[in-house]
Amino acid sequence: MTFPGSLDDTDAARAVRYAGAEPVPLWHADRDLRGVDAVILPGGFSYGDYLRCGAIARFSPVMAELVPAARSGLPVLGICNGFQILCEAHLLPGALTRNAGLRFITRDVRLTVANTDTAWTSGYAPGQQLLVPLKSGEGAYAADPATLDELDRAGRVVVRYASAAPNGPTPNGSAPNGSARGIAGVCNEAGNVVGLMPHPEHAIDPLTGPSGDGLGFFTSVLQAFAGAGR
Amino acid sequence: MARVIVDVMLKPEIHDPQGEAVLSASHRLGFGGVTAVRQGKRFELEIDGPADSAALAAIEELARELLANPVIEEFTVSAG
Repeated sequence: MTFPGSLDDTDAARAVRYAGAEPVPLWHADRDLRGVDAVILPGGFSYGDYLRCGAIARFSPVMAELVPAARSGLPVLGICNGFQILCEAHLLPGALTRNAGLRFITRDVRLTVANTDTAWTSGYAPGQQLLVPLKSGEGAYAADPATLDELDRAGRVVVRYASAAPNGPTPNGSAPNGSARGIAGVCNEAGNVVGLMPHPEHAIDPLTGPSGDGLGFFTSVLQAFAGAGR
Repeated sequence: MARVIVDVMLKPEIHDPQGEAVLSASHRLGFGGVTAVRQGKRFELEIDGPADSAALAAIEELARELLANPVIEEFTVSAG
């Protein structure tokens, strides 16, 4: 799904192709999901992050189609700005706020996969560690304590920051951007909608990324509809 | 024609690193007496008709829907 200011749609399409699926471009102004089996909201700076990150993109015509489809079970992955759009659209709880140190962070981070039941993480092992780039200025996940408790209780934290850098001194569980409880990504109740701040599409092979660990997001979802009579 | 002001602030429990940066800069400029800074947004809206209770209620809805993110922000609406 491309919005004005989307940046990583091309890399997300590449990851889809790498995973053996067909990437289909969706346009913000078209009320049309073109019959796809899953949707990715890519990273970038939709509408220049005006008002709030993702606040304007969530009202796009294409989102009017996406929201009911997501509520009906369509797999949806929001990466970085895509995660911000999903939170603004209330498809995911919480919000993303300015990084705690105010710095835009571009750094490979270690993540721990905490939920392997979602459509996008079923191919990982519980607790598996991934090395994936983080590339954001407003990535600090925030939610009220009741929501955070519910996410923990229901196992809806999908990925957590394990450490700030491969050899970094940061203790386990801390987030380089100040995310509450080290949360890097969450899912909805049904597990078909996942949002995360780091970029799995930038870690699909060791030639072009720090690892191939991110490819699992894009191969996992193929299993979600492989057996669905298609 | 009337003017309506919407002021948006982060909820008190939300970390405001921008406000902290402004505080540090204030101190560097010699304003040591400033002990805390929180940064928010002010929207000035021009509307048709008077800023009566119906109009203000509509703007409150706009604020909830677009101008503020109620997960992390609170707002006030007033006739300007």
